[in-house]
Amino acid sequence: MTTEIRPGEFSAEVTNISDAEQMRYIAGQAADARLNVEIETEGMTLNMGPQHPATHGTLRLVAKLDGEQVIGAEPIMGYMHRGYEKLTEVRTYPQVTTLINRIDWLGSFANEVPFILAAEQLMEVEAPPRAQYIRTILFELSRIANISLFLGDMGVQLGAVTPVFLAFRDREFVLNQIEAVTGGRFHPNFDRIGGLKDDLPAGWIEDTKAVMATMRTFCDELEDLVMGNEIFQARCRGIGVIPPDVALSYGLSGANLRASGVDWDLRRDAPNSMVYDQVDWKVWTHPDGDSFARYWCRLQETREATNIIDQLLDNIPSGPIMAKVPRIIKVPPGEAYVATENPLGAMGYYIVSQGELVPFRVKIRTASFSNMSITPWLLEGVFVPDIITILASLYFILGDIDR
Amino acid sequence: MADDTAVDDAAADASAEETEEETTPVDPAREAFVAAMGEALAAAGSDMVESHIGVTETWVRVPRDSWVEAVGAARNAMGCTWLDYIAGIDWLPSPFGRDMDSEQDWVVHGREENEPEEMQHGYAGGATRFQVMCRVANVSSGAAVIIKADLPDDDVSLPTLIPVFPGANWHEREMWEMYGIDITGHPDLRVLYLPSGFEGNPMRKDYPLLARRVKPWPGIVDVEQMPGEDDDSDGSDA
Repeated sequence: MTTEIRPGEFSAEVTNISDAEQMRYIAGQAADARLNVEIETEGMTLNMGPQHPATHGTLRLVAKLDGEQVIGAEPIMGYMHRGYEKLTEVRTYPQVTTLINRIDWLGSFANEVPFILAAEQLMEVEAPPRAQYIRTILFELSRIANISLFLGDMGVQLGAVTPVFLAFRDREFVLNQIEAVTGGRFHPNFDRIGGLKDDLPAGWIEDTKAVMATMRTFCDELEDLVMGNEIFQARCRGIGVIPPDVALSYGLSGANLRASGVDWDLRRDAPNSMVYDQVDWKVWTHPDGDSFARYWCRLQETREATNIIDQLLDNIPSGPIMAKVPRIIKVPPGEAYVATENPLGAMGYYIVSQGELVPFRVKIRTASFSNMSITPWLLEGVFVPDIITILASLYFILGDIDR
Repeated sequence: MADDTAVDDAAADASAEETEEETTPVDPAREAFVAAMGEALAAAGSDMVESHIGVTETWVRVPRDSWVEAVGAARNAMGCTWLDYIAGIDWLPSPFGRDMDSEQDWVVHGREENEPEEMQHGYAGGATRFQVMCRVANVSSGAAVIIKADLPDDDVSLPTLIPVFPGANWHEREMWEMYGIDITGHPDLRVLYLPSGFEGNPMRKDYPLLARRVKPWPGIVDVEQMPGEDDDSDGSDA
């Protein structure tokens, strides 16, 4: 690890342990150990990644250890930095959705929605009701596709291999439904300023209802198989506890925040053109703030999403799916920020338009970036096996961190 | 609509409903929020230079020198304890033209010499090339504010927000490497995304997009037909 520390303006805190300080600490610990139990411990640096299976991509984690205990951990990102914020400045608004599909690649459609909503806000167009319903349904379908993989993956990281197969099996049904509408399993690129590209195919509503029933069974299965598992509970309960005030000050969002007992869900709390107010649903929170609570919240959210979709499917209004928008999209000058509750947490786009074909500046606020920024604080003092539990339970996607 | 202030928790629903109406220019809850924010800023030794109430968002501009105090006031007095993001903006019009065309494009389509354009600042105004913004939200009332500050051209630096929001650490590292904004007091100013030893600040407008320099971009050759639109539409209505 090549830590460069600027002398004089630096106080060692969680993230910033220089080698010299580490060695001083370790030497002190070792001296204590010699005095007390005559066991000498030696500090070591554990390097996980960039290709570690627990990192969902190319994240490198450098953990400094004292025996089995982490005394400082620092994630090193950037292996997948694609510079979307710069690239959007030379793409027209319809072209941008192709790029931003690749941010959180497990729930791609959800990436497009906040950008489109922000552009719609600037252009003062609103999607017709039918488009808003279908948009919300696809948004929730991507949530299920994304989180179901987490529900299985968390098991496999803790040594239970079966859940991930169940997750991949059942996620495929959801992806099939997304593909039937959009033509893309992973990168739909389906949302348009003013509506959607196409209408639903025939028979899709019934098929989707059947899939929702399957996904509810999947949730029940995992609740029994994973959450009811004694070993899983032993490895997750009380591990990686995030108090609510710390979670807020690091900007955590999504299930990570709600698992700390903060009742904050942008689907309900932020004004945007989605139809969640037409649905009877519930925001799930858990008071514990540990890894188990994060898993619990996501499982409840997945089940809740199936209920939301079921209700929306029953009530899709008829009508057009596109508002009247100009053929060449030129966005009036202004600024808009729209954030939505994406599968990984709050995702928002801050668009600065100067009345051109291309945005002047797009700030992409991604959930995983903030969710990961807490890891140096969170991993301090935990034991090595718990690193895996905590990283898995925080649930990040590298494309969502690196953008 | 309820007339109570946005600082009250009870105003959560009211403000959410009010902002739903996109064309309403006047929003009592958010105006009250801005007024309260101005008082909080004054109490914290800061100052509100300008403010703007947009469709769904609220902007406040503060002097750079009291940046930490201003965000601290938003957090402590206004209850905006959730850090959304911190980001920079470079208001310089791109010297490479809006499309950052490569030289091959200029050969094909001709090229006008770029007149140095005027900087157009966004909501809540601005005076200098670099601006930073920080969005914080109150998770119990739903109120949120975007706090902006101008950075003087001769001193592109900003005091760190880590004492107020520990989560500012990575955001500030990103701003430092992407915009070259020096974060004073930051304990760990290292590159976050870029390879170590990278020279330049890629998000600055005068940093060329190298991919466009070396390879011509096909450009906007065709625009996808929107459903229900006539074929003979020439797009001049844009």
